[in-house]
Amino acid sequence: MEKRQIKGFVANLNPKKRRNLLLSSISITALLLFLYFSNEGILMGSYGVRVLNLCAVYAVLTLSMNLINGFTGQFSLGTAGFMAVGAYTTALLILPVEIKEKIFYLEPMVPWLKDVHWAGNLGFLGALLTAGVLTAFIAFLIGFPVLRLKGDYLAIATLGFSEIIRVIFTNMQNLTNGSTGIKSIPPIANMWWTFGVMAFFTIFMVRLMKTSYGRAFKSIRDDEVAAESMGISLFRHKMLSFVLSGFIAGVGGGLMASVVGAITPIFFRFILTYDILLIVVLGGMGSITGSIVGAFLITIAKEWLRWLDGGFSLGFVRIPAIAGMRMVVFSVLLMLVILFYRRGLFGGREFSFDWLINSLSALPKRVFSLFKKGGAAK
Amino acid sequence: MSVLSTENGVMRFGGVLAVDNLNIHVEENEIVAIIGPNGAGKTTAFNMITGVYRPTEGRVFLDCGNGEKQDITGRRPDLIAAMGVARTFQNIRLFKEQSVLDNVLLANHVRLKNGFFSAMAHWPYYYKSEREMRRRSFELLERVGLVESANEMATSLPYGLQRRLEIARALATQPRLLLLDEPAAGMNPKETEDLTQFVAELRKDLGLTILLIEHHMQIVMDISDRIYVLDYGKTIAEGTPKKVQDDPAVIAAYLGVDEE
Repeated sequence: MEKRQIKGFVANLNPKKRRNLLLSSISITALLLFLYFSNEGILMGSYGVRVLNLCAVYAVLTLSMNLINGFTGQFSLGTAGFMAVGAYTTALLILPVEIKEKIFYLEPMVPWLKDVHWAGNLGFLGALLTAGVLTAFIAFLIGFPVLRLKGDYLAIATLGFSEIIRVIFTNMQNLTNGSTGIKSIPPIANMWWTFGVMAFFTIFMVRLMKTSYGRAFKSIRDDEVAAESMGISLFRHKMLSFVLSGFIAGVGGGLMASVVGAITPIFFRFILTYDILLIVVLGGMGSITGSIVGAFLITIAKEWLRWLDGGFSLGFVRIPAIAGMRMVVFSVLLMLVILFYRRGLFGGREFSFDWLINSLSALPKRVFSLFKKGGAAK
Repeated sequence: MSVLSTENGVMRFGGVLAVDNLNIHVEENEIVAIIGPNGAGKTTAFNMITGVYRPTEGRVFLDCGNGEKQDITGRRPDLIAAMGVARTFQNIRLFKEQSVLDNVLLANHVRLKNGFFSAMAHWPYYYKSEREMRRRSFELLERVGLVESANEMATSLPYGLQRRLEIARALATQPRLLLLDEPAAGMNPKETEDLTQFVAELRKDLGLTILLIEHHMQIVMDISDRIYVLDYGKTIAEGTPKKVQDDPAVIAAYLGVDEE
């Protein structure tokens, strides 16, 4: 009975939709198989797994920043601070008691947290949720003064609060272990966790943007005056977006703590915010799929370009080993992308199979015309 | 009882007196026009009424349908919109990066009753309200003749249709009072004529009260019941189209007077 119903559903779709459904199922199955084999260590070593984990975590963080910057149009630079809250919350909750005793040698840990250990996957889930809720609450508090500002002023204020959070964490020796940071965080976040959370928030964002609230966010981005005159409460919706963004950043930070294994306040400098902002801009402001593709491209490129740091030969001139050389090349690449794709790779649009097939089928024609007119095709 | 009234509304920007002693009233189901030369303070008057500016002095009252007169002076624009006042803008302010349909759908948000969590959880009630929003939006698009372009980008529409879309968007907030800021600006004679008819239909079909700013005298004389004439922020004349047309002060403001 059920099977027939599903069959009927598929038969009723038009051919294009049926094709897309098929393609989606194939890609999801392929992704799950890929995740399984990578996680088991068959497909790649621990280094590859770690890079992919980082990709997924960055994708989550990019979604968080894209929600407030790309979809709601509020230039917020507080992501690193929110991540710090999430990362420390998660780390302190999942850290085994004996490791806590070992790490906090300068000053003993606060008694109410000393014997807390949320073990296993369930504990990790609880820790991530707590991290998200706590970060959302802090975003709520910060939002009251900050969201009355606009543009650059908002950026400066959120950046300031992010740094304040970091400085507070540096000085709370008995809670965060100060500048020494926390190490030996249990590596519970395997690929299922990172990719699972990424998938969850991707679906979350897609749904959110389809609701009336998502439309309200976008209208605030497009024209505040018109939105307000159409009855959209600016403050309420900005706050909602800011708090949701904080929640996602908190969970992302928690994942990051478990993937990286050791966190210090220095890790959450404003540079981290810029790393994520860069992915948002490159992937496309206001594009969910753009955020994910951007996060994977940039994180993998950053790792892959490491060979540049070790010195290389251009044939006629030998470049010596300079630490940070890859960042120079990376910047040039980025400039090229911004020059040719001014609005990011996806530019506010979303990936779809229709788009992929159309552009792939148009490719031979374009290449052909490129040769025919001697490169003047455009 | 008047739907909208102002009492000695004054708007000052630094030393500039943009609007001085604005005393207007708009009755139920009436079409009232505000005219005047450029810089007379017409749009400023609109902004005072809709809450974009807080009047320097004076008060604005709105009848919220139950016969109760409410002071809305300096209230937030979104709250005033929720009370049933919708507007269009002189320099079109559509949501540029969204489709025609989404522009209209958005304006339904102010009447949305389900909360954020029920929307995210896609509860049945959410589906119902979303369907209802879509139905109403398509109805409005049909009224302004934009159903075929529902999925196009708002900015891809020709100028005249963008103005119509703005009206459809304003109507989607389910207003009682509609404020139109130069709805015929940049339109050719044929479009202007269509618009005149359209505004008259709105009043008849939807029982709306309309306050409009317009430079096209043809529209103003055709459809308005009463006219206020502003010049340098002051109300220099008021009354029926016929009366205003013959008023020497109005002629002087528009054409100037001979100096003897």
